[in-house]
Amino acid sequence: MPEAHQDIAQRRGFLRKYVFSADHKVIGLQYYFLALFAVLVAMVLSWLMRMHLAWPNLPIPLLGKLSPVGAPGGLMTPEYYLSLLTIHGTLMIFFVLTVALQFGFGNFLLPLQIGAREMAFPRLNRLSFWITFVALGVLLSTFFVSDGPPISGWTAYPPLSGVGPIAGPGEGMGQNLWVIAIVLFCLAAILGSVNFVVTTLTLRARGMTMMRMPLTCWAWFLTAVLTILSFAVLIAACILLMMDRLAGTSFFIPSGLAISGFLLHRGGGSPLLWQHLFWFFGHPEVYITILPAMAVISHILSCFSRKPVFGYRAMVYSQMAIGIMSFAVWGHHMFTSGMNPYTGFAFALLTMAIAVPSAVKTFNWMGTLWGGRLRLDTPMLFAIGFVSVFVTGGLSGLFLSQPPLDVYLHATYFLVAHFHIVMGMAVMFAIFAATYFWFPKMFGRRMNETLGKVHFWFTFVGAYAVFMPMHFLGLEGNPRRYFALTDYFLKPLIPLHQFITVAALMMGAAQFLFIFNFFWSLCMGPRASENPWEVTSLEWTVASPPPPGNFAGSAPRIYRGAYEYSVPGAVRDFIMQDSPEGEQGMPEIVQHR
Amino acid sequence: MALALALVLAIITAVSVALLSMHVWWFPIDIAVHGPQIDRQFSITFVIMGILFVAAQLGLAYLVWKYRGRDDGRKALYLLGRNKLELIWVIAAATLFIGLEFVGFHAWAQMQYAAPQPGALRIEVWGEQFAWYFRYPGPDGRFGPIHPALVDDAMGNYLGLDRDHDPASKDDIVTATLGIPANTPIELILRSKDVIHSFFVPELRLKQDLVPGMEIPVHFTVTNQALKADGGQYEIACAQLCGLGHYRMRAFLQVMSKSNFRKWLQQQAAMQ
Repeated sequence: MPEAHQDIAQRRGFLRKYVFSADHKVIGLQYYFLALFAVLVAMVLSWLMRMHLAWPNLPIPLLGKLSPVGAPGGLMTPEYYLSLLTIHGTLMIFFVLTVALQFGFGNFLLPLQIGAREMAFPRLNRLSFWITFVALGVLLSTFFVSDGPPISGWTAYPPLSGVGPIAGPGEGMGQNLWVIAIVLFCLAAILGSVNFVVTTLTLRARGMTMMRMPLTCWAWFLTAVLTILSFAVLIAACILLMMDRLAGTSFFIPSGLAISGFLLHRGGGSPLLWQHLFWFFGHPEVYITILPAMAVISHILSCFSRKPVFGYRAMVYSQMAIGIMSFAVWGHHMFTSGMNPYTGFAFALLTMAIAVPSAVKTFNWMGTLWGGRLRLDTPMLFAIGFVSVFVTGGLSGLFLSQPPLDVYLHATYFLVAHFHIVMGMAVMFAIFAATYFWFPKMFGRRMNETLGKVHFWFTFVGAYAVFMPMHFLGLEGNPRRYFALTDYFLKPLIPLHQFITVAALMMGAAQFLFIFNFFWSLCMGPRASENPWEVTSLEWTVASPPPPGNFAGSAPRIYRGAYEYSVPGAVRDFIMQDSPEGEQGMPEIVQHR
Repeated sequence: MALALALVLAIITAVSVALLSMHVWWFPIDIAVHGPQIDRQFSITFVIMGILFVAAQLGLAYLVWKYRGRDDGRKALYLLGRNKLELIWVIAAATLFIGLEFVGFHAWAQMQYAAPQPGALRIEVWGEQFAWYFRYPGPDGRFGPIHPALVDDAMGNYLGLDRDHDPASKDDIVTATLGIPANTPIELILRSKDVIHSFFVPELRLKQDLVPGMEIPVHFTVTNQALKADGGQYEIACAQLCGLGHYRMRAFLQVMSKSNFRKWLQQQAAMQ
């Protein structure tokens, strides 16, 4: 049968093989390239914002030509700045951080790592990708409607987002299209996640128990569960918002509003309801972005330390604890919102509790390094960098989770620093680590190590140079989402803003080293063998790139867990998961799996 | 490479800790009675998190340096974990993190659970796109009803008061500056005309959203300290994205002595 399968694959045209494919590997790469495109767009938007904050009177001629209404003469209007901010956040959180590791790498690797030929529902998978693609198109189309993209931030709080154009430019068609894009994205993500859950539960190869799975598989599985539960709530919230905008309802609109001289003749709703619904989604969402990242890092630290993951079971239980508790902490985004302060304190305690499993994971990463034999190749550099930045970002969270401190720090640059460090730095580092690590498997070629290391150094130092100073701005009280720093107490902070902008532009420029390395290696990199990094998991038992059907011949049989490095008495310093070495007569060297 | 990474980690740690400890950029002065206990909670958190930050980053640097792979035939340890250690650090982390919340509980309770002192001076704070207005109840001590249909910014009726027909509205004083006397309990009632705004005065250590449809009270007392700096004038910044003018939605808190405040309020009343 495998021969007939290959025959059929070859006879397919280009479109069926590479564009409208139902092969999980093709779909994974499609998601990855979608995320790559989105991150480049979002990064350019951030450069524009930073340049404006540092040098508000410096015209950007190209911008003036591209957006004559938003940036006449190359100088952006306040509403244009806010629309850049909105699209930057929306692109990054949804189309980059949620997509890259979960739907990009997850789709490519999950079947391979569990020993399956394909995902459970390949055609549903294909549909999920193309809906995501359309969602991205709808989001970017907001730049081309007359009033521009919405100005309400990725959080879209009503009434600002709920009443239409009287609230400001971009609040007309732009906001409608944003809501549609988000709903489409969420639908696609839920469909894709169903695939992950069913595949993990039903298609594992013989001997691949849940507790023998790589931590990445656990993360993709748990993240998929979180996605299904939380994205459904965002869809509901968006439907209510759309009805307020278009159907005259008042879910989020209170009575008696007078906006820009217009009296609204409807009401009875609550703006806080949106916040509860949004953050009920929004908090699990950030753990949806970090759980796969943490698992990738565990996987890479283990391989490049030539040591098992320290505390595999604790890591699995921590992932579960983080996942479950992520639904109980959303109110920490709302300490100053007007929510009941008693409820606020309850959320504060739960937030401190969710920091505990994250701390456990950090200790276990250190434990994995301890006593290891470290190979400092590029994936490992980014993995170590991840531990550093995750600690930094996590610790700043412990300030924000205390309501009496959050009263000052909320909605300042201290918060901007915190979430950029945990998402923009930590998750992004995991995406880089994963790319350098799995590039040989995905494309059959090696990336250039020297360029990779240079890229790491610029990114690591650059990221701290950009985001550490933002804590200082926050301590001075610098509010976020400000178009200009004209208040008396903000003017002295402009030099620090300029430093941040210069660092950001330099770090941004360094990313082109990565882009160049990626595409050059794609075409001209040296060919990769099956297992260039000497990893134990199943994707490294097949060719680079893997053939259609993944495991030519019979399905793999699994004998051990995923982190058997430096096993005493073993022939090499790693044992593949499908290797029966040690099974015949040698002492049992695998502990109670 | 290992040495470079360890050194860079150490340098980043040292520079960050130095800049923060030297207060190169830091909180402004405290002008509220509740301010110092918030600052104290911040300091406690800062010291603890600082220790954890330094320990983790330098620990990471040490591990990278000590366990770098060298051509010495050393094998890595086959170590699957230590359940006892896991238990220890779960308990330690939980105790530390949750304990911090309880240490700071009093600061939160005093701001949010406790009622304002009886006889506090009540002032309404109104936010709109993109300006602040403040309403004093006048000698009758009552705020008159709001009629959104009567709002007319051009004619100066910012809040929709009907001074002709509502007796409570006759003596209401609407100002563009939040004037307050020092050493007097103040209760602000936060309201919005249109979208969500947020009242933020860094020196006051106070931030609270203004939610349309809600009347949200906050209370504080400013100290004499507030009179000394900057002529008693402090900026009020909007801290919740409210539209294109969010960055320029700004007003001033003006702290005065009790007698100066009475004079100022009389002047404002005369201008209604």
